[in-house]
Amino acid sequence: MAAKKTVTVRKVELAGGPVAKNARVWKFGDNIDTDAIIPGRFLTINNPDELARHAFEGIRDEFAKKVQQGDVIVGGRNFGCGSSREHAPLALMGAGVRVVIARSFARIFFRNAINVGVLPVVCPDADTIADGAKISLAIREGFLEADGKKYAIEPVPAFMQGIIDAGGLVEYAKNMKEITVCTR
Amino acid sequence: MTATIVEKIFSKKCGSDVRAGDVVMAPLDGAMIHDITGPLAIQKFYEMGGRKVFDPKRIIMLFDHQIPADSIEAASNHVYMRKFALEQDIHNYDINEGVCHQVTIEKGRAAPGEIVVGADSHTCMYGAAGSFATGIGSTDMGFALKFGALYFRVPETIRAEVSGKFQERVGAKDLILSIAADVGADGATYKAIEFTGKSIRKLDMAGRMTLCNMAIEMGGKAGIVAPDKVTWEYMKSRRKMKPFELDSDEDAAFAERRTYNVSDLGPQVAVPHNVDTGVPVSKVAGTHVDQVFIGSCTNGRFEDLRDAAEVLGRKKFSPKCRVIIIPASRDEYLKTLKAGLIEKFVKAGALVEAPCCGPCMGGAFGLIAPGEVSLATSNRNFKGRQGSTEGKVYLCSPATAAASAMTGEITDPREV
Repeated sequence: MAAKKTVTVRKVELAGGPVAKNARVWKFGDNIDTDAIIPGRFLTINNPDELARHAFEGIRDEFAKKVQQGDVIVGGRNFGCGSSREHAPLALMGAGVRVVIARSFARIFFRNAINVGVLPVVCPDADTIADGAKISLAIREGFLEADGKKYAIEPVPAFMQGIIDAGGLVEYAKNMKEITVCTR
Repeated sequence: MTATIVEKIFSKKCGSDVRAGDVVMAPLDGAMIHDITGPLAIQKFYEMGGRKVFDPKRIIMLFDHQIPADSIEAASNHVYMRKFALEQDIHNYDINEGVCHQVTIEKGRAAPGEIVVGADSHTCMYGAAGSFATGIGSTDMGFALKFGALYFRVPETIRAEVSGKFQERVGAKDLILSIAADVGADGATYKAIEFTGKSIRKLDMAGRMTLCNMAIEMGGKAGIVAPDKVTWEYMKSRRKMKPFELDSDEDAAFAERRTYNVSDLGPQVAVPHNVDTGVPVSKVAGTHVDQVFIGSCTNGRFEDLRDAAEVLGRKKFSPKCRVIIIPASRDEYLKTLKAGLIEKFVKAGALVEAPCCGPCMGGAFGLIAPGEVSLATSNRNFKGRQGSTEGKVYLCSPATAAASAMTGEITDPREV
């Protein structure tokens, strides 16, 4: 039997998902791993608010105490590397962080973040954004502004846009009764 | 048209030629969940309106991270998953079989040409069995449980061609630590790493698992070894399958080709706090260690424990450090037991635990205190990975771990 259908990539404009306006930046370095975001000993917890209390515990203790709803995390290269634990983006979500900006992301974290409704934004010059900077995102226009300076951002892969627009994979999948699988 | 092994796997499953960069909704041959990421995946499955999983026979369920339950929360997560297994008619290996990745391969739940996902980053290990296998998060797993398919961006492939003959007491772990140092912690992001060449053909399944297991430590989406005699021999007792040809075309479009020669390779140690920091053991020899851990999905197989025992000989472990040895599965435990090695380890002063993840995930037991140093055969040395963020974790081979456990400091296994 012939293939039913392969899903093709459409070019979609960056549109939906969480945004940031004049948000405070929590700056982190390269290779921020998921053990740093949420240590292994807290993985019996599945609730975002409870997870948030332990975000970056032992790495940057002030984060969980002082983070405010709407704050933004900025990292360097390979943000979210390591474990597949979705508890990492969930802990950030629980802390009120809906946007993570980095020079690059580890693959599983990138996808997990989108799936749970945290927007990962690739910004090649993220390294030069300062801790405590005030940041605004103009996603549709493809840039962000930090302390008055403009930075280019990259669009998310087109096939993930639908998931972002839906607010995460759960909402996206809820309405799907069947899927078209490319199979023999 | 030429293709990589990964492109061939996806093309066959999709019934049309797909290439790196294509996005496909591909059917799944297997989906693995364990006690840490499983409860959340099940929760997401229900939230998506899931009632019946796509195929209970294709779901691999077991508990390995926090077993036997180390807290009431862990016990409750186990209960939640057991209930789901009963409700959905899923065979649950429960706490009985060992570390998820070892068990999945050993039970024949991942085979050449198959696409398998697991809610754990080291799922890439099944590439040793010729599968395309990758780690996913819990929400993606919820989707996978419901639909039996998942979106994939078909990855480009880095081809690592390995030649030469390993020196005594040097092996697959030393090779992968040196490859990680070469490629970097994000050098293979979104890509598959194919291990090939004469040295790989000679490598046993245990060594291939060690290599593929750590593809993720370079950001890799998958690690893979094209199935050959060794693979099919291993599969024989596990799956009713006729061997078939599956390999990259020589002139396929690889993202990169890298060559390695193991003849000059010595024991490697990855220093804190990243995996791509591998250095020759001589650079860190003499570093005091408080705890040595030999085990995990990376290096907890019989072959690994045999290597450790060979280095140990008739000697004892140093009283200056504590030594924890954990076979990766019940089968590996039995092989080790029958070979008399468990008795040898216990008499030498080690704690031998039942198959599980142990100190690797830093959430159950075997944690380190502030200021302590751990030397482990596992796969990650991130800050806080094995306990305190003020502790340090070094990674090495079972041979180096055994040698160091005998002296209480990082030691070249060729010098004991």
